[in-house]
Amino acid sequence: MSILITKDTRFIVQGITGREAVNLTRENLAYGAKIVGGVTPGRAGRDVYGVPVHDSVRDIVAKHGPVEGAVVCVPPRFTRDAVFEAIENGVRLIVVVTENVPRREVAQMVELARLRGARIIGPNCLGIISPEEAKMGGVGGPAANTRQAYRKGPIGVMSRSGGMTTEIASTLSAAGLGQSTCVSIGGDAIVGTTYAELMPLFEADPETKAIAIYSEPGGRMEAELADWVKEHRSRLPIVAFMAGRFMDEMKGMRFGHAGTIVEGKEDTTAEKIARMEAAGISVAERIEEIPGLIRKRLATIGVDV
Amino acid sequence: MRFYEYESKALFRKRGLPLARGRVVKSAAEARAAAAEIGRPVVVKSQVLSGGRMKAGAVQFADTPDEAARKFEAVLPIVVKGERARSVLVEEKCPVANEYFASVTWDGRRKLPVLLFSDLGGIDIEEVASRHPEHLSRTHFSTILPLTERIAKEAISAVGVSGDDLTALIPIVHRLLQLFLDYDLTLAEINPLAKLANGKFLVLDGHVDMEAEARGAHQALLAELGIGEGETRQARPPTPFELEGARLNAIDHRGVAGNVVEFDGNLGLIIGAGGGSLTLFDAVRKQGGRPANYCEIGGNPSVAKAKNLTKLILGKPGVDKIAVMMNVVSNTRVDIVARGVIKGCLEAGRKPSDVIAIFRIPGSWEEEGFRILRRYGVDYCDRSVSMYEAAGKAVAKLRAAC
Repeated sequence: MSILITKDTRFIVQGITGREAVNLTRENLAYGAKIVGGVTPGRAGRDVYGVPVHDSVRDIVAKHGPVEGAVVCVPPRFTRDAVFEAIENGVRLIVVVTENVPRREVAQMVELARLRGARIIGPNCLGIISPEEAKMGGVGGPAANTRQAYRKGPIGVMSRSGGMTTEIASTLSAAGLGQSTCVSIGGDAIVGTTYAELMPLFEADPETKAIAIYSEPGGRMEAELADWVKEHRSRLPIVAFMAGRFMDEMKGMRFGHAGTIVEGKEDTTAEKIARMEAAGISVAERIEEIPGLIRKRLATIGVDV
Repeated sequence: MRFYEYESKALFRKRGLPLARGRVVKSAAEARAAAAEIGRPVVVKSQVLSGGRMKAGAVQFADTPDEAARKFEAVLPIVVKGERARSVLVEEKCPVANEYFASVTWDGRRKLPVLLFSDLGGIDIEEVASRHPEHLSRTHFSTILPLTERIAKEAISAVGVSGDDLTALIPIVHRLLQLFLDYDLTLAEINPLAKLANGKFLVLDGHVDMEAEARGAHQALLAELGIGEGETRQARPPTPFELEGARLNAIDHRGVAGNVVEFDGNLGLIIGAGGGSLTLFDAVRKQGGRPANYCEIGGNPSVAKAKNLTKLILGKPGVDKIAVMMNVVSNTRVDIVARGVIKGCLEAGRKPSDVIAIFRIPGSWEEEGFRILRRYGVDYCDRSVSMYEAAGKAVAKLRAAC
């Protein structure tokens, strides 16, 4: 099992003829993804690595039936419309790769998704991978590189950084800990799905035995996770890596991602670490500490991996 | 992207919010003329981006035009939290009966904008929140339903304001909400929002932040306010080194090799990507290293871009060596970064094997990249060496060389 996607998930790529989307389509297909169509207005009739291009999501649904997922890979000023189009045509899982979408438009996308019962991952993310099953988005890059870093197994991974998703998976794999599903949740101040919102899915997945997360300064997502863990008495041990500790002394400066800025005390790594530790989340200072911490936590609750 | 008070007020004025008469001045003579024009006692306020002006003495009062000129000379040189004043705002001094607080921002947890309103304005809102929570309301509102006056009404009446004050405040707060959404702001705040002795309401001080991503959509407004394209409006102004980094990054649209931030150490960093850079910067510092800069490479930058960044960093006074490090890459190609960095060293007249303390970029095209590095004798490592360990090697090497 995995969360969000399996090898049978049928999805589309919006903006499929763009440079980045063409690469992403090739890489996802090579990893076994079922991409039923792509959208670029005015380019209907072409194909991208055998995936037929259409003018609209509506055309794809009319010809191929309902699709579960969409990867949105269009320029920032078209992103909101592309997401609306996917949602209004019945797509329920939307990965938004695009960076630099203004917050107001992200909030609008998220609000509509909530109304329609759809889920958005991102924006500013690399998507989802259920190792050795399928991936949806640029996570892991070319299929050969993806296979090198990601292995199937019991660890769920969530990360505010796309690149660090692969670094963590690679470190876990090397230590003999494969992954159930890894989600690059995006680096913006508002993202469609937070750590805490993914936790119930991992919780319900029998294959997942522990969670590794990558976190940063800025935002309330770590505090939200800490609250969730306390309220729900989660069965899953969580190990968090906290980056950007130097930023605690650099108020008002933005580093790394759009959402990574220390404005108030709650944004600092010190505050986040304190909250997470108080909720029983183990915090690592080096990536290579993650596998050991996970094994230790699992051993104390008698789970063998 | 923060606005100065006078810019925030220019935006408020555009949308019909009630403001005191006033003018931005840059000399004592202008301050005298502004005060004479107002013809009443004035307040003389230094224009800085950070808070704490009052405490620093950078806000003063004057009863006459001559006194306004003297007060201009007094507040202008005052440095507030390391920041010098850009100009001074001279405004009519208004006798206040009551102070309110209204602020709109984003709630990342609820993923909605939220209006904070209090009838205890003028003081620290955190203090109101903890000591008088019944005097602070929080009202979330939709970004897809039409914005109506209901939101303002609910927020204001929730703290117990009623009667004529309620009806007078609703349109003011409603306009603040509209402005927040229309201009892609991340903060729109009025504090204090004053009720004067004569019963009228006035915005005494205001604060606006615009989202950097939305600058392109609001170019006309920014031009109107006189905000230049080069003004980043971060916590501190960019240094020439940082501006050059931004210029080099902008030459070529493919990938990123920029976001340079200057530090005063001796180890130049060519690091990436977003999260990887944060991780590596911490790792260098934790092991006693002193970074000369922060930067980000990612999204597969061209050879020229990596080369330019390398030359920029090597050219910074005090840089002894550079460390080239990233997390496992899948989109960026290892060989392209290797080529660019080596080219940069050579063009800067430096021997790559001397000046590159460590190269740790595993991932796509790594065999080709490592082959190039071997040819130049550069010390490199693959993913079996962690990011932390690679940073440690660079720090140790620098220490041994000094």
